[in-house]
Amino acid sequence: MQLGAVDWGIIALYLLFVLGIGIVASRRNKSGTDFFLAGRAIPAWVAGLAFISANLGAQEVIGMGASGAKYGISTAHFYWIGAIPAMVFIGVFMMPFYYGSKARSVPEYLRMRFDEKTRALNATIFAFMTILNSGISMYALAKLIQTLHVFDIPFERMGLPESWIFHAAIGASALVVLVYIYMGGLRGAIYNEVLQFFLIVAGFAPLVWLGLKQVGGWHGLETTLGPSYTQAWHGMAHASTNRLGVDWFGLSMGLGFVLSFGYWCTDFLVVQRAMAADSMTAARRTPLIAAGVKMFIPFIVILPGLIAIALTSAPDKTGALSHPVAVAGAIQQHDPGVIPIKIDSATGKPMLDARGRPQLDYDLATPNLLLRYFPTGMLGVGLTALLASFMSGMAGNVTAFNTVFTYDIYQAYIRRKADDAHYVLVGRLATFFGIAASVAAAYLASQFNNINDFLQLIMAFVNAPVFATFLLGMFWKRTTGHGAFTGLAAGTLTAAIHHGLTLPLDDIVGLKGGWIAVTHTYPSEMAQNFWTAIWAWSACFLVTIAVSLVTRPRPEEALAGLTYSLTPKTSEAHGAWYGRPVLLGVVMIAAVIVLNLIFR
Amino acid sequence: MLFDVRLPIGLLFLGIGVLVTGAGLMGDPAVFRAHSAGLNIDVAWGLVMGGFGVIMLLLAGLAKRKAPPADGES
Repeated sequence: MQLGAVDWGIIALYLLFVLGIGIVASRRNKSGTDFFLAGRAIPAWVAGLAFISANLGAQEVIGMGASGAKYGISTAHFYWIGAIPAMVFIGVFMMPFYYGSKARSVPEYLRMRFDEKTRALNATIFAFMTILNSGISMYALAKLIQTLHVFDIPFERMGLPESWIFHAAIGASALVVLVYIYMGGLRGAIYNEVLQFFLIVAGFAPLVWLGLKQVGGWHGLETTLGPSYTQAWHGMAHASTNRLGVDWFGLSMGLGFVLSFGYWCTDFLVVQRAMAADSMTAARRTPLIAAGVKMFIPFIVILPGLIAIALTSAPDKTGALSHPVAVAGAIQQHDPGVIPIKIDSATGKPMLDARGRPQLDYDLATPNLLLRYFPTGMLGVGLTALLASFMSGMAGNVTAFNTVFTYDIYQAYIRRKADDAHYVLVGRLATFFGIAASVAAAYLASQFNNINDFLQLIMAFVNAPVFATFLLGMFWKRTTGHGAFTGLAAGTLTAAIHHGLTLPLDDIVGLKGGWIAVTHTYPSEMAQNFWTAIWAWSACFLVTIAVSLVTRPRPEEALAGLTYSLTPKTSEAHGAWYGRPVLLGVVMIAAVIVLNLIFR
Repeated sequence: MLFDVRLPIGLLFLGIGVLVTGAGLMGDPAVFRAHSAGLNIDVAWGLVMGGFGVIMLLLAGLAKRKAPPADGES
């Protein structure tokens, strides 16, 4: 596929607008509140769309398409079970403490509620993770652009080797994000995230439209793929009868409760968007408005995966755990299909699974579908959507990093008292060095191909227990700083031990688990992951309570506005239903139940 | 709000819509038959995007007329 002049024009126009928004947003960046919190002046709907966009990075878009092709519509559980309830919870119950405490970051809230060491632990790990995350997604984008071969011809014409496409993709995307955050701060990032959100939808929605047209609509997908792909709750009674390899309990507790609440309710990357809202009601409505849109995102990111697998193979329709791979492998000798076979980059041969069948490269499901359906013109829109999703995801990480670095590391431990302008300067420098470190991480990722598995593992260990700390901190005034800190450490340790004692079926001892001894085998990696989280959360919860009971709590007057029973209840706003957080939350939960019933 | 974000969104979508629709009108119909399930997706989606851009611009214009130009952020 070759890019035409129109495609280049569209990409250039997009870059022009993104940079322009950064420049316009910079005009009012005078104080720290402006740069790090967008002046706390963002309307609810803008903050809500930015909230989704920051989580709709390229890895998410590509990864959800890949999961759709591999697991089917059950992937939507990551949204319907694994996001919406937690987003409603933070909006209705937790936002009053985050926004009301006037904390400038999540680690700062932890310092106010508990103590310095709990904040230091959270801030350091978070800063490190955001850099690695944005580096790895930068690597994924550059690799994808190289794989799609869309820039081969222009590079050839300029006399540059093909390997330079990778460097150019990393350099250019890093530079654009750097300029608009350096200048516009969080405000620049948020306004761009809204623009990027609409572009992502505009790029992927027509893909689903054309794909469904070709496979005969949703009904066509149902007949081609069978219920195990098209029913989200198919075979969920037992771990062995569904594609995910988890049962309903592991799914709703592990994903729906521990992992989802741990991410959506405590991760500063998302909370920062709501903290920038212009009022308490707007801050509470931010995640709720986001939830209303988020529940429909599966239709543009997961459906391309299902369409791609339907066009690649026709697995048997019994609904048993039939592997589509074997069929696809056989078909592929005649018709390459949409999803190619995974090739080992070292040997150049197809990669085989434990039973000797060729594996499919699911990550190419969405990108290949895009190349297949989009002619010149729409191709530019599709590539712009990929770029937009990458940039919004990266900007989310970078703005969260510069704030946590400046307020929770620099101001807390390096230079305590300086004027506001000094901290804005530090924030700008942190943006620069943060992006430079991300670029380094991207090259690190290109050297070690399992770095992403490693990062996911560390995140699972660290993130799983964290929601227990916040839940107890916000709703039990007796919780102490020592309790919170020991609980977090115990939870992380429990996660590591559980991982070391268990192994997913057909996996090799090592990074996938079992490095202490294999005492239990899970049907899938996902099941192991969910149960690791459940154990870690429970350990943190119990240890925090135990240690809190034997240590001295903070005096009650120091906890006003930070914990539920000592905070004056915010009266529900009057007016239309969509302006009232609690009512809005109820509507969102009802809507997601309806979606689950439709796709059960 | 510092400026109405619907303004740049509207302008960008209008611009992209015009470019894509133009590409569709000038493109070879055979390409669309082979590529995009027989549909001229450039014209169809280009019009959708352009239309969305116009709606955003109208909304931004309406909001501006309703609220007197505020001093500072509103």
